[in-house]
Amino acid sequence: MKLTDISNDINEWFNGSGPLSDIVVSSRIRLARNLAGHKFLSRCSTTEKSEILTKLKEVLMSLDLGDKIFYISVDKASDLNRDFLVERHLISRHHAAGRGPRGVVIARREFFTAMINEEDHLRIQVLKAGCQLSKCYEQINHIDDMIEQKIGFAYSPRFGYLTACPTNLGTAIRCSVMLHLPALKMTGQIEKFFHAARDMGLAVRGLFGEGTEAASDLYQLSNQISLGVSEEAIVSEFENTIIPEIVEYENAARKELLSKQVDTLDDKISRAMALLQSAHLISSHEALFLLSHLRLGINMYERMGATTPALKRLRDLAELPRDKSGKGADEDKGLSITTINRLFMLTLPAHLQLNYGKPLDPTHRDALRAQIIRSVLNKET
Amino acid sequence: MFDARGRANQVSSINKKHRFAGVQSSIELVMLCQICNKRTATIHLTEITNGLRNEMHLCEYCAVEQGIAAKSQVSINELLSGLLAVQPSDEEMFGPSEEKKSCPICGFALDQFRKEAVLGCPNDYEFFENALLPLIEKAHNGKTSHCGKIPSRMPQGAKEQIKLANLQQQLDVAVRKEDYEEAARLRDKIKQLES
Repeated sequence: MKLTDISNDINEWFNGSGPLSDIVVSSRIRLARNLAGHKFLSRCSTTEKSEILTKLKEVLMSLDLGDKIFYISVDKASDLNRDFLVERHLISRHHAAGRGPRGVVIARREFFTAMINEEDHLRIQVLKAGCQLSKCYEQINHIDDMIEQKIGFAYSPRFGYLTACPTNLGTAIRCSVMLHLPALKMTGQIEKFFHAARDMGLAVRGLFGEGTEAASDLYQLSNQISLGVSEEAIVSEFENTIIPEIVEYENAARKELLSKQVDTLDDKISRAMALLQSAHLISSHEALFLLSHLRLGINMYERMGATTPALKRLRDLAELPRDKSGKGADEDKGLSITTINRLFMLTLPAHLQLNYGKPLDPTHRDALRAQIIRSVLNKET
Repeated sequence: MFDARGRANQVSSINKKHRFAGVQSSIELVMLCQICNKRTATIHLTEITNGLRNEMHLCEYCAVEQGIAAKSQVSINELLSGLLAVQPSDEEMFGPSEEKKSCPICGFALDQFRKEAVLGCPNDYEFFENALLPLIEKAHNGKTSHCGKIPSRMPQGAKEQIKLANLQQQLDVAVRKEDYEEAARLRDKIKQLES
């Protein structure tokens, strides 16, 4: 299996489906584990790291996950391939930039990945579309059980699972949800979200790396406390308290845009349409920014039945007959949340270059990005 | 100068220097308090009123007298919240006994933790327990013991012991929340497990 087999489409958990998916784009749970009888990675020689890698790789590759699984050696991968894995959320930035023998095991449908020799010996994660944290936990807990049948993890009755950094100690779980919050931003209330997150002891990060949250309005929200609270309690707090509260904020802001700030909304959506339909050079940052507005627009007429002048034009654009040959059902064309998500991901720098077949300088990337977006929005064949 | 009206259009920042803080302010030399001229100025106040900048350097005592700083309990605890960014020295933080110790298994010492923010091996949690506990407590909102998953490989006896500890912890939470129905359920479960 080659990376180009997956690089020309989005992964399952980013396809815009699932509960509350107009705001909660995806859910992710990660568990950190270390092998009993080995030092943590900062004190491991290259030989010991290789030993850990071999052991874990063997166990992981033998798992029955109901999907094909494959292994990628991160230390031997090219820079472009590493960047691609990061853009795809299959490995962390930390893992890409790490040193020594390390790798990742990935399920073909990308709902499961396991980083070996990142900060801890093993970091497994399960991702799903929309708000599905309990399902993620159910699945990852089962996978963790299967791994534990074959290999022993460092654990103490007092502190739980022992991790290299004490901040991950205990359950060593990190729950995160990716949220699309464009209306809070447009109405100048995004601070409300930051405050709520801080008060609940949660961390907020951008989706596509530092600083990108301001462009794409996609935020990753995750727990920071992992000791003294059970996995189920953490997941349930997210699902029953935290997420509903933030979804309510964003929905209220969307309603406010429709009732009090139609001009602001219509201006943003019209500009996004015009620029994306006509630009010939577009940076990754600008694309994220404009696509975010289109995503909001589509959700507003699809889910809220909103009909402002700009939203009507956006709907007309989305519902335009695709082409004369009657291939209107072709999902690659036309505008929907799925196609917007696809544009989000496929126009990221490493995706562009991998799909193009070779590295491109920034100007060529900007031209290719603009061309891909125009072809989807203008129904060019 | 610090009346209610004055505050409305002034921007003040109190930069409190503490002997444990590793961050150096722009003023490197020891500065005496502007009011008493005796004690070292530890509070540096920059005030901008109608575009005019005014700096004040006061000792803690005079600052409290002036009503500028509340008698501060900005203690080591507070400073530790910036744990990984600004670290006090090991001796100040953990006491002299912990300073030179290194783990017999991995050779790890606490000053490395300060640099890398990761430990050397699972044994470090036990070996440096005294030093690590305050940090663990701080990072996990006051919690210092595990509640949650127990590996299936654990020997049955140990497993039950952990389960018991977990239940006890849940019981404490239920009692605190005054959820007596849940507390009763947990108490019965604990009794059952103990017998």
